[in-house]
Amino acid sequence: MSGARGLPLPPSAAAEAVVRAAGLTKVYGGIAAVNGVDFTVERGECVGLLGPNGAGKTTLLRLILGNTYPDAGALEVLGLPVPARAGEMRARLGVVPQFDNLDPDFSVAENLRTYGSYFGLGRAALAARVPALLDFAALTERAEAKISALSGGMKRRLTLARALINDPELLVLDEPTTGLDPQARHLLWRRLRELTVAGKTLLLTTHYMEEAERLCDRVMVMDRGTILASGSPADLIRAHIEPQVVEVFGAGADAWLAARGAGQVERSERVGESVLCYVREERPLLDALAAEAGLRFTHRRANLEDVFLKLTGRELRTAS
Amino acid sequence: MPMLRWVAVWRRNLRVWRKLALPSVVGNFGEPLLYLLALGYGFGAFVAEVQDMPYLMFLASGIVCASAMNAATLEGLYSAYVRMAVQQTWEGILATPLSVRDVVLGEMAWTGTKAVINSAPILIVAAALGAVHDVSALWVLPVMLLLGLCFGAMALVVTALASSFDFFMYYSTLVITPMFLLSGVFFPLSVLPAWVQGLAQGFPLTHAVAVARPLMSGQPLEAPWGHLAVIAAYGGVAVIWAVWLLRRRLLR
Repeated sequence: MSGARGLPLPPSAAAEAVVRAAGLTKVYGGIAAVNGVDFTVERGECVGLLGPNGAGKTTLLRLILGNTYPDAGALEVLGLPVPARAGEMRARLGVVPQFDNLDPDFSVAENLRTYGSYFGLGRAALAARVPALLDFAALTERAEAKISALSGGMKRRLTLARALINDPELLVLDEPTTGLDPQARHLLWRRLRELTVAGKTLLLTTHYMEEAERLCDRVMVMDRGTILASGSPADLIRAHIEPQVVEVFGAGADAWLAARGAGQVERSERVGESVLCYVREERPLLDALAAEAGLRFTHRRANLEDVFLKLTGRELRTAS
Repeated sequence: MPMLRWVAVWRRNLRVWRKLALPSVVGNFGEPLLYLLALGYGFGAFVAEVQDMPYLMFLASGIVCASAMNAATLEGLYSAYVRMAVQQTWEGILATPLSVRDVVLGEMAWTGTKAVINSAPILIVAAALGAVHDVSALWVLPVMLLLGLCFGAMALVVTALASSFDFFMYYSTLVITPMFLLSGVFFPLSVLPAWVQGLAQGFPLTHAVAVARPLMSGQPLEAPWGHLAVIAAYGGVAVIWAVWLLRRRLLR
């Protein structure tokens, strides 16, 4: 299809790579939504694609599904070339899309059965799987309910159960908890954890740093179509960021930084009204700030959001 | 069997239809039935015979074809558009082993099914009213399946190009309504100016009526394969076009 300029995939070091991409590129209207990315996902990993809206996460997932053709590069999913043999590959893949596309004409259980029929599952197979999946999604009581009667969290869990109807080896989730309240989010996280424990490979996109830190063995930080860094959340923080952060707020923050602060911190970032001060040891800085009149400040440990801010120069939560 | 994956799409639509079968049957064949009774008896009082058959019989064979066309068209336009753009049903299906081709084939098969579901009751009512010559009229049903597949595929082309429901008005007004009125459903084409008759030979509905009318009236059936080939050609081109357009739209 687009193999002319495609790079050959290097021989796989680990035979168990579930996704292998080399030089993968997708251009929309002259802008590379995905710009020559190279990465692998190993079997059993939970990998998070972390980035703001418009970073190229969804496009990358569509490429992996084989639902959009790359403009350059090579991609192999579950050992099959994509998009060339995407249909065959999707028989072993589960997908949780960003926006629920449950079938409103069917009940909860009918949704699972109908979706199973797209995988060629017969009555007997469905009779065995549907009750187990309803249980997994905590929707057994609602098996006959209409979709419109479900809460947002229930719909998301049903979508997750639906993605598992073919017992997939790889599960791809596009912003699985966006728009959910904290309680619904925690329940979904617990279910996703169970899946990783059961040995499923998960690839999920998110713009919630907390989600990535909780769920993912490995995080790939993505912005403007490229993968800027990849590693476990702890490794990324260690490699890119001083471990302690002191946030200084208010009108005097800038003046303080210019006059005295700059000498006391390793690095600083301005974000809106506040100054983020990165240090190895927070104690001396906190003592010095306590002696300043009229400055408010808090101390926390560095997190993925700080990594993101350093790598991209913008905030994860507000960038769009 | 990968070649028959589209059957799952057809069965999905059948299952939804079964849930709402009663209101949809009442809605979809009630209207042509009223046409048949009102026009058949109303005009029938003035024009006793058309082309050597009672007007009711003439009209019934036309209405059967028109209702098959309308049922397939509505399904391929509005219902398919809802599944594509409103409910994102197709997006969900395309995350499974099914392809765009499977979706189009399954939807087209369903439009053909709807055409049969909607035209068969009219055939039954026509028979009850004595507007059907003999049992060979049942051959009309496979013709309606073909006609439904043809108009369903054409409607899917329009759906693939549509950015909203409003777009369908162009197709309804510029394509479907002229066919409905000028394909020999209500009156013989021979009364029209020669150039309109020529134009009407380009309508698939004209060719369906030309086959259905002799089958229902018992008059000799002349050269049916030529007429059926025209309908099949329209459907064949349309389905290939629809797959191409929807690949471009959905796999962007």
